Amino acid sequence: MLLIRCPWCGPRDESEFHCGGEAHIVRPLSPDDLSDEQWADYLFMRSNPKGAHRERWYHEAGCRRWFNIERDTLTHEILRIYRIGEAAEDKKRAKAKGKGA
Amino acid sequence: MRYSILSLLGNALRSHRRWPAAWRNPQPKEAYDVVIVGGGGHGLATAYYLAAEHGIKRVAVLEKGWIGGGNTGRNTTIIRSNYLQDQSAHLYEHSLRLYENLSSTLNFNIMLSQRGVLNLAHNEHDLRELSRRVHAIRLNGIDSQILTPDQIKAMVPIINTSPDVRYPVLGASLQRRGGVARHDAVAWGFARAADALGVDIIQNCEVTGIRRGDEGVEGVETTRGYIQANKVGVVVAGHASVLAQMAGFRLPVESHALQALVSEPIKPIHDTVVMSNAVHVYVSQSDKGELVIGAGIDGYNSYAQRGSFRVIEEQMGALLELFPIFSRLKMLRHWAGIVDICPDASPIISKTPVRHLYFNCGWGTGGFKATPGSGHVFAHTIARDEPHPLNAAFNLDRFTGGALVDEHGAAAVAH
Repeated sequence: MLLIRCPWCGPRDESEFHCGGEAHIVRPLSPDDLSDEQWADYLFMRSNPKGAHRERWYHEAGCRRWFNIERDTLTHEILRIYRIGEAAEDKKRAKAKGKGA
Repeated sequence: MRYSILSLLGNALRSHRRWPAAWRNPQPKEAYDVVIVGGGGHGLATAYYLAAEHGIKRVAVLEKGWIGGGNTGRNTTIIRSNYLQDQSAHLYEHSLRLYENLSSTLNFNIMLSQRGVLNLAHNEHDLRELSRRVHAIRLNGIDSQILTPDQIKAMVPIINTSPDVRYPVLGASLQRRGGVARHDAVAWGFARAADALGVDIIQNCEVTGIRRGDEGVEGVETTRGYIQANKVGVVVAGHASVLAQMAGFRLPVESHALQALVSEPIKPIHDTVVMSNAVHVYVSQSDKGELVIGAGIDGYNSYAQRGSFRVIEEQMGALLELFPIFSRLKMLRHWAGIVDICPDASPIISKTPVRHLYFNCGWGTGGFKATPGSGHVFAHTIARDEPHPLNAAFNLDRFTGGALVDEHGAAAVAH
């Protein structure tokens, strides 16, 4: 059972939310130019990682707003919650990662 | 050793202390003709049919845990072939027919019990959809019929058919040849029969990489060393995307937890299988007396083999809506399996972008019923390097070409 901190409403029970699947799948800018393979990749192919996964969530029984969660699919630990439009990469963590390497 | 009434009697006289192991525990060899990744029912069935029907004897099944320990041991054991689309109906019916003779084929009692499967309708739209489905199924030569509420009540006396409930039972489809089987026995039976034909079943051996060269696949890296292989078949359900990533491509599947639970054992009270789409539950009673109860998937991606309590709560609510008599029943055990969900709710049994690498995945919530059929056509696909007519439609290219096999209504529960 997940306790999700909605960016607008605060911590709420998972049952108030709906998971909208993988985040940051960008709608093609010029759909007419896409090949069948590119369409298939956009519509159907998913990264489905075992580990950190960025996904869209919808606060269905609350503020009815969408936001992003980065969550570990193996432990269910919520790693980061960020609003739509915020950068997918966490700047602080990306920096720390860069230092380590 | 062939199992028979005589072997049973003989071993009974020796207090059952001298039964030989049902399969060997071999060390992995350096190279195989075919390596099957995943020792669940589907993988073991594939290995069995490769050896039995295609004469390929240098076959290994690699299993990261123990055989049948994944979704084969975590499903609700329901078998049926009442699918709407022609391609699916033929594939699942092929599997059901193999199931009907499987105990004698494998010389292993899989305890198939064709006790009938009911799918309930709760509103006018459900009824129309059900009727369409039943007729489509019959046109494919598969048994299916419609029951009225009175006929349902006669068959399942404990069901609540009162018109005064929120989701009244208005009708049902019935496939009499549907039913349940002992899930572990299916894995063990295929393992024993495959082993007898020379297949190496290697447990505690996790694949960590897929080696590929210019000519296609070359072998697999495992926790027990590198194993060379001419061909590799991957049948790993929830981990399909992980294996695909090792081979360098993506799949149209997402992994979700599917939960199920059993009640404390009670005396025989429910001798068929009841499934309901609208209230979202399916239930049968095992030979031990436990109610075996399943429902839909958890909504978010997961590899954790556990899900959220809210799903169980809804499932219990649905159970009590149909069977108020179970209100004081205690639940005994609960678990989850990781299922690989395809966008069209149909499986992928296919060649891949990598030559001589084959994938069998995307069975989602309904793989157990397909175990023998899936193994049979997948073995054909691997041995001949081309699909069997029954799985030609279930290729990976359908997501590029658009010929999806939409079976979202096929399971008795919504997804």
